[in-house]
Amino acid sequence: MSGPSTYQPTNGFMRWLERRLPIGGLIHSSFVAYPTPRNLNYWWTFGGILSFMLGVQIITGIILAMHYTPHVDFAFKSVEQIMRDVNYGWLLRYVHANGAAMFFLAVYVHIFRGMYYGSYKEPREVLWILGVIIYLLMMATGFMGYVLPWGQMSFWAATVITNLFSAIPGVGEPIVTWLWGGYAVGNPTLNRFYSLHYLLPFVIAGVVVLHIWALHVVGQNNPTGVEPKTEKDTVAFTPYATIKDAFLMVCFCLVFAWFVFYLPNFLGHADNYIPANPAVTPTHIVPEWYYLPFYAILRAIPDKLMGVVALGGSILILAFLPWLDTSPVRSGRYRPLFKQFFWLFVATCIGLGWLGAKPAEGIYVILARILTVYYFGYFIVVLPLLGIFEKTKPVPNSILDSVLHGDVPIGASAPPPTRTGA
Amino acid sequence: MKTVRTLALAALLLSPSLAYAADEHSHEAPQPPRLKWSFAGPFGKFDQAQLQRGFKIYKEVCSACHSMEMLAFRNLADAGGPGYSPAQAAAIASEYKIKDGPNDAGEMFEREGRVADYFPKPFANEQAGRAANGGAYPPDLTVMAKARTYERGFPWFVLDMVTQYQEHGVDYIAALLKGYAEKPKDMQMPAGMNYNTMFPGHMIGMPPPLQNGQVTFDDGAPATLDQYAQDVAAFLMWTAEPNLVARKRLGLQVMIFLLVLAGLLYFTKKKVWHDVHAHPEKLKDRA
Repeated sequence: MSGPSTYQPTNGFMRWLERRLPIGGLIHSSFVAYPTPRNLNYWWTFGGILSFMLGVQIITGIILAMHYTPHVDFAFKSVEQIMRDVNYGWLLRYVHANGAAMFFLAVYVHIFRGMYYGSYKEPREVLWILGVIIYLLMMATGFMGYVLPWGQMSFWAATVITNLFSAIPGVGEPIVTWLWGGYAVGNPTLNRFYSLHYLLPFVIAGVVVLHIWALHVVGQNNPTGVEPKTEKDTVAFTPYATIKDAFLMVCFCLVFAWFVFYLPNFLGHADNYIPANPAVTPTHIVPEWYYLPFYAILRAIPDKLMGVVALGGSILILAFLPWLDTSPVRSGRYRPLFKQFFWLFVATCIGLGWLGAKPAEGIYVILARILTVYYFGYFIVVLPLLGIFEKTKPVPNSILDSVLHGDVPIGASAPPPTRTGA
Repeated sequence: MKTVRTLALAALLLSPSLAYAADEHSHEAPQPPRLKWSFAGPFGKFDQAQLQRGFKIYKEVCSACHSMEMLAFRNLADAGGPGYSPAQAAAIASEYKIKDGPNDAGEMFEREGRVADYFPKPFANEQAGRAANGGAYPPDLTVMAKARTYERGFPWFVLDMVTQYQEHGVDYIAALLKGYAEKPKDMQMPAGMNYNTMFPGHMIGMPPPLQNGQVTFDDGAPATLDQYAQDVAAFLMWTAEPNLVARKRLGLQVMIFLLVLAGLLYFTKKKVWHDVHAHPEKLKDRA
């Protein structure tokens, strides 16, 4: 996509370095000259926001780790000590805790954007799957981070989630014992979670590099879903995308700061300010808000094993999305029926999130079951069939065409898209 | 448009369950009344006189059973807190006997409290606390204001994010302290338990801790249960969140900075993109 670098260093040292390690050229071709579709809307700025959030989490996390004690007897107090006695410790901790929530908020926008505009379709399947892997790693990291303050919710979330593995027939119990490092959630569990919580963000960073690499090979999708054909369809990454990303990133930081400074505990759970107590089970064990839809799916299924399978399946099914969506039209903009099902899917995810915070009883379970059926139905039934039966709108000839003439193709409409390759 | 319609439909589908939820809560968990707090909102600050009154109540009443493990005497003189001078904090510390040691002879000894000491616990261990309180262990109060809450339900929890309502904990604590009442006649309650309208399940081990006239304030504030409940709740908010004032002050600076930066970036972005938007057809081929 980028082609050979046109980078011409003017500085003597950079010329010297470029002949030995062309890092200047790599950065120039990736983040300066890199062509981005000229019609990208603001939903496309969340990739940059996510990279920023990963940086924020790693930096605040490393400093917090300098002051935190991963031991069942000291963890809770060491967190409070960070809040009280470490310079700006309260800021570090609130940025880190709310940063996780903001990270997930951004990733959900990013995922839904990809789903709406068909960014997972050929040739971006690997790019998409790498994204699903990042999301899975984020979930694991977030979960283990939530355990570290060793409050009541930390302890019981760890107990509930690790116990899910006991549903595996035969080897379930030994696996859980192995995960715990004992016969109950305890100090060995806290220690390994801490170790992994420190490790996984760097694994995420590695997969993010692959994700961006894959992106720069296939190029960005855009709201029309039509690949750039000429140079007039694109603008240079810098200054065009950089300034746009920067603007929305600062707007996003306004929301982030609103929570950090004014509502720092709003997204958390009050019970996590009670030190962990294995003898007292909280009335409602609730995960962080960003896991609630999956928690609702887990509890919607009456059978434990099937519930766990549904929970895992609800995330893994995302990886198969490129092959489940059979429509030759990439962008949802030209798919009138798809649009409705898509927004219903978004509403379903929000509904499941709300139900995940409710006790698993009565009407809540029935609603959760209905929404779970639609969640899976969207992937397994709706998307495959839509591709066959949906009458799509004509797709513009090119990005420039769509910019100049709205979405109405001039002259003869574009030839009906045909499925090539995959 | 379609989006809106779909979401409206989804809301409609969910509405019976919302009604159900509201109905369920009306007789499950009572909603504490919302009180006015000086530390609420984006410009909130602790009221020093209120914190000092609350501290007096903690010292004279609560501390008989409840520990305050993570609060040190030096904190009483911290900025944004109750506003005691370092000398006053030292004087308060010296009223306490602190167990220290072992000394050179290998023995534990008692000495006068210093500002670096933490508030001593009323009981040597959890078992002692339980034994003295009919089996119930009085919990530590340092972060209690953040460890208690009540559910506001939809749509309030969404609106609360905009209005910055987050004083659930203190509202609950104040209401709990005032929530003691005669138990309903048909209710079975084990001996040693007390009826409280605010406590989940209504059976609480703690006997009514505060009565009118129990504590005399130095600043002439009324010696009423209402006053006590609110003052001690405010004090517990400070022990739970001693950096609240610094946080909100820095927050305002950060918000102003970000707003100005966002404005500058918006206009820079407009200028950078001007030609692309105004004359897309003239955009020359890039080399």
